[in-house]
Amino acid sequence: MTDSRNKYEAVIGLEVHAQLKTKSKIFCNCPNLFGKDPNTLVCPVCLGLPGVLPVLNKKAVEYSIKTALALKCRVAPFSIFARKNYFYPDLPKGYQISQFEEPLSENGYLEIEIDGNWKKIRIKRIHMEEDAGKLIHPEGDESVSESKIDINRCGVPLIEIVSEPDITTPVEAHLYLKKLKQVLSYLDISDCNMEEGSLRCDANVSIRKKGEKSLGVKTEVKNLNSFKNVEKALDFEINRQKKILEQGGHILQETLYWDARKNQAFIMRRKEYSDDYRYFPEPDLIPLKVSTEWIEKIRKTIPELPNEKKKRLIKQYNIPSYNAEILIDSKELADYFEKCTKFCSDYRTLSNWIIGDVLYILNEKKISITEFRIPPEFLGTMVKLIENKTISGKIAKEVFEEMLKTGKSPEDIVKTKNLIQLTDEDKISDIIETVLKENKEELEKYLNGKEKLFGFFIGQIMKKTRGKANPQIVNKLLKNKLDRLKEK
Amino acid sequence: MDFIELRNKVYKGEYSLTEVVKNTLNKILINDKKINSFITLFKEKSLKKATEVEKKIKNGNGGRLAGLIIAIKDIICIKNERVTCGSKILKDFISPYNATVIEKLEKDDAIIIGKTNMDEFAMGSSNETSYFGPAKNPWDYERVPGGSSGGSAAAVSAGFVPAALGTDTGGSIRQPASFCGIVGLKPTYGRVSRFGLVAFASSLDQIGTLTSSTKTTAYILQSIAGYDPKDSTSVNIEVPEYVEHLNDSISEIKIALPVEYFGEGLDKEIRESIYQVIDNLKKQNIFINEVSLPHTEFAIATYYILATAEASSNLARYDGARYGFRYENSDDLEEMYKITRTEGFGDEVKRRIMLGTYVLSAGYYEAYYRKAQKVRRLIKEDFDKVFKDYDCIITPIAPTPAFKIGEKIDNPLKMYLSDIYTISVNLAGLPGISIPCGLTSKNLPIGLQIIGKQFDELTILKLANYIENHIVKENYPDLFYDYTYK
Repeated sequence: MTDSRNKYEAVIGLEVHAQLKTKSKIFCNCPNLFGKDPNTLVCPVCLGLPGVLPVLNKKAVEYSIKTALALKCRVAPFSIFARKNYFYPDLPKGYQISQFEEPLSENGYLEIEIDGNWKKIRIKRIHMEEDAGKLIHPEGDESVSESKIDINRCGVPLIEIVSEPDITTPVEAHLYLKKLKQVLSYLDISDCNMEEGSLRCDANVSIRKKGEKSLGVKTEVKNLNSFKNVEKALDFEINRQKKILEQGGHILQETLYWDARKNQAFIMRRKEYSDDYRYFPEPDLIPLKVSTEWIEKIRKTIPELPNEKKKRLIKQYNIPSYNAEILIDSKELADYFEKCTKFCSDYRTLSNWIIGDVLYILNEKKISITEFRIPPEFLGTMVKLIENKTISGKIAKEVFEEMLKTGKSPEDIVKTKNLIQLTDEDKISDIIETVLKENKEELEKYLNGKEKLFGFFIGQIMKKTRGKANPQIVNKLLKNKLDRLKEK
Repeated sequence: MDFIELRNKVYKGEYSLTEVVKNTLNKILINDKKINSFITLFKEKSLKKATEVEKKIKNGNGGRLAGLIIAIKDIICIKNERVTCGSKILKDFISPYNATVIEKLEKDDAIIIGKTNMDEFAMGSSNETSYFGPAKNPWDYERVPGGSSGGSAAAVSAGFVPAALGTDTGGSIRQPASFCGIVGLKPTYGRVSRFGLVAFASSLDQIGTLTSSTKTTAYILQSIAGYDPKDSTSVNIEVPEYVEHLNDSISEIKIALPVEYFGEGLDKEIRESIYQVIDNLKKQNIFINEVSLPHTEFAIATYYILATAEASSNLARYDGARYGFRYENSDDLEEMYKITRTEGFGDEVKRRIMLGTYVLSAGYYEAYYRKAQKVRRLIKEDFDKVFKDYDCIITPIAPTPAFKIGEKIDNPLKMYLSDIYTISVNLAGLPGISIPCGLTSKNLPIGLQIIGKQFDELTILKLANYIENHIVKENYPDLFYDYTYK
């Protein structure tokens, strides 16, 4: 069974919709906000009342171009909007204004990193469109056939990013989506919140025998609304298709809906969603012209993107790839790291602190790095204090906790709490002498071969110095002392 | 007496504007029973506005259109009033906002008296497809007033109002104007904002005027023309001073006569009537020559593909889910859609929705819609070529004068052919004006069309004004009647 399953490979293309966080909607002046009372962010235009006309939001175009450039797409100097016609109650005009022929941009790519190798996922096109509203079904009671319509989301600007079918595993799909989310977040053009629906993903999936050139029949899986679900749903669908083929069946061109609660994809049989959308050019909007000057102006606003940043961080700070990947997951976190580097030189230790203790706190408190209490200067300085042996790594934990609690600088904390590391060998030797004298019995046992007691002595010494003695020095001096006693 | 004279008399205290509006309302209430040109009358609102405007006129600060009483085709939105589009599906729909043209008319102190009858969703050439019943031609109640702006044309022709707004997608202003013996202007596509005009075919629809004189037309156009940020297809170019230049010399104007518009199918009396005007102009040493617009024969086919395609999409929103008529006895969404639209729309509208849906369908798009787009370009290029050497084009408006009610309603193809001389103008986005130029032996008005270059309404207004005042008026005193306000 496993053997025959390995015969197949999957071919996956993703369609990602991202809501743009413009102030107003794409074709009217209504505010673009999430989570407001139903039907409070509406006007005749987004309600699709008789006689209204759309007017394109320039900011939405700018954000879309910015995305296209970041994903290395060619931006068309001339693109057109089209109507996608279908009936559904959440679509007030009976058509969605989208782009079909001649989209805003085409032919880009995004690189993902798999096991240390970079792979290009080509991007077929990025186009603009308007979001539809939402149907609200009464919870629980399935006997109630009434549904309500919330138009607030109608006209929220969207970009649809369509990949080529270059993805071959669910893991790659996950990586692609994650990388895409990083890029969009860096560009600051979308909230990218999958739970709130500001980032949505559908997948086109087919399988074929390994080595085959032609593509199999594809299905579309909708509602992949978390990174976890993307992987799970693709696994599910690939296995479903394999089973069908193995049993001698045929894949049908279907649309499936992923149900995250049941961990299963169901075939949608909604007739209205059959394929003929009768696209035609939107006569209410003039063709969108984008000048080279405008493109160049927008290009200048694009920050360093996650992949480039990762490569640079590794090179510039000599930190492990693993650490860099975590740091660049958000631009703010990477910025925080780089600000810290101004105050210390052991970047590896610094990066460990950030991806360890700092992220732990952020996750625990559910806050972002911009809300984090310890400023970069303090964390960087703390690492510096470790570097110059003013404090030990263990003491640093105490300093970190104290910075979190009080917001004080590490120097202040070290001074007021008297946490400076004891490195004076004479002083440490004195303490060793005292400890050995006070524990004659244990010393006797040690010298008779019970060497496990070495740790006991270390503990006693650290206790006496309240943890401030430099552990390496203590170790060295104690060892020397005991060795000499043994020889006697 | 036109509204400028009325304004002067109101200023001098010889007339009361409020009284005039009262009389107008009474006249409509009594006489419109026969004509059926109005769907809604604004009895209180118009009187209130009259009182306001009267005060302003007396203070010497009345707006550009102070004194003008105007009716609005019931496809243009007026805030807090219903906009039926002549359809059952919107018969009780109240618009919560004003169309841009309404804002402009209000600002310039026009008095809006009510909303006029029309073919359902402007689909028709006879006003017979209206849910509210056909409007009648004031020249002969047995005959149609034309369409789709039939109510607007009839209301002006009957002497109820000196002006009305209409809309023209394939001839819907010009053809009824010619059937009713009045002036009808379809401005250049993009000259007047479409915001608040309920769409039939967005790339062809244009708001224009139906009036009792070219001069009134110029005044209203001055008021409603211009770029509107709410309409992306309106064009941001300067609006000339139409009224100021209306009487400028026309001696330099070069006129083209397209042979395709004077061929087979054109009523003999209409042909003769138009040639009378042409001969007269020739006598004034105006340069007139025959030209060819070779793609004319494809115009109707092209139009009925593009217009219906757009209509099938524009009318999708009337599905009963959010507003308008809804079939209530259904638990099933799809059934609700189907019965709502089956019962809510009339036959002609359904025919065009089906046609439009068909031509946009996968597998047919290339053969119909895309090909029609190409032919549309060719038709426009025909005009461009002619306009290199000429300033305007004179043609008939319709192949026949007003026909009888019921004569063509059962034969859509025959009905569609009555738009043959007007449709190309919409496809090319040009301005066109219809002015009365004579009467048939049965005493029915004949219209003449002047087509201008894009955004050159001034030239066609000037020529129309000349023809009206120097050629037609003296021969046909029944046309360009003297509006009485009594």
